[in-house]
Amino acid sequence: MKTYHDIAGDGGSDIVGQVAGREARLRVRMTSIAHSLAIVSGKGGVGKSTVTANLAAALAMLGHRVGVLDADLNGPCMARMLGVQGRALKLGADGVEPALGPLGVKLASMDLLLPHTAAPVEWHAPAPGHSHAWRGAIEAAALGEFLADTAWGELDFLLIDLPPGPERLDGLHGVLPRCDGLIAVTIPSQVAQLTVQRSIALARRLNARLLGVVENMSSYLCPHCGAIQRLFPAEAGVQRAVLGVPVLANIPFDPQLARCCDEGVPLVLAHQAAPAGRAFMGLAERVGARCSAREECP
Amino acid sequence: MKFLCVACDEAMKLVDTGEVSPGDAFTAVFRCPRCGARTALLANPWETQLVRSLGVSLGGRAAPHEPLELVRDRLVESRLLWTGEAERRLERVPEFVRPMVRDSVERHARERGCREVTCEVMDEVRSQMGM
Repeated sequence: MKTYHDIAGDGGSDIVGQVAGREARLRVRMTSIAHSLAIVSGKGGVGKSTVTANLAAALAMLGHRVGVLDADLNGPCMARMLGVQGRALKLGADGVEPALGPLGVKLASMDLLLPHTAAPVEWHAPAPGHSHAWRGAIEAAALGEFLADTAWGELDFLLIDLPPGPERLDGLHGVLPRCDGLIAVTIPSQVAQLTVQRSIALARRLNARLLGVVENMSSYLCPHCGAIQRLFPAEAGVQRAVLGVPVLANIPFDPQLARCCDEGVPLVLAHQAAPAGRAFMGLAERVGARCSAREECP
Repeated sequence: MKFLCVACDEAMKLVDTGEVSPGDAFTAVFRCPRCGARTALLANPWETQLVRSLGVSLGGRAAPHEPLELVRDRLVESRLLWTGEAERRLERVPEFVRPMVRDSVERHARERGCREVTCEVMDEVRSQMGM
């Protein structure tokens, strides 16, 4: 009796063909994007989206054309951070036109499709009580659609802000035809570094290129005396030797960051001269340099 | 998935799909090209959902892909997308009545089952209002 692989085609159901068509659309879209970078973290609450928004703005300040995909489908916040919350995506001739944030940063996010800010992401489903069986499949397909159907145009950088958790990297790897680099965000706590190590180990297994680690909340500037103080114990700082990847930036905590996020203005735009603003600019320069260095390598 | 006619050792071909209202489960009928035997696949809700989650139609697509089609189809609540031309036309409406006009146009579009707001939809609303 024949087995699955003895039979060519799928008898006309055309499921494989349609999935292949979607992948082909995505490959074509990605040809106009020079560098696609995923921003990952091991755990939530380390400021990954804040870093993404500010890195996007800082890269744009350096003259790069930048897009951001908010890949956190269930908890999107990038529209708020980039000051475009409430704006709607529009249909254009080449797909969905992304919202334009500061300095022309282009954004696609589930947030821009939801009818109001408190609307949850709920899917029509004949088996709603068993979403564990299908949610991963629909989220991967939705992520692929956002990437392929957004009219990104020519971009120097597409930043993909992933939800927390090492497994998200695996999901993205299955969708993206290519990912040119990963940036891992963590804070100087041993718990955060334990989980970010898992992301780094997974990235290595997937042969993904790790650009480095961003240590967020590495210190804070006393508003009274101007001294730089630690937020976490000294021994908890990011250990390059432990992680085995370069530290791209140490971002000091700045109370103005929260206000800037709420107001939709990246801190690096509003307070470029502040220590955190300078750190984000340095991060953008190092990311640009590392990506350029790769282009020059044979 | 593939179906095999065991008697003929021949791959069966899809001949019909029973697609499916929301909350339903799909069916598909396959036929052996040699002996003509038919068999029906009756998917359970999980299998139906898994196929839908892939954003594919059994038997192939009837229409070209539309941007964000899967997301817009499968989300319980989502905004209607406006074409750039329709959006520009809305921007010509005085600002103080623009939200009301947007709501009226979107309500009309949803009632008509439109997938997006175009200038034609706006024309329909305008003529309904006798403007």
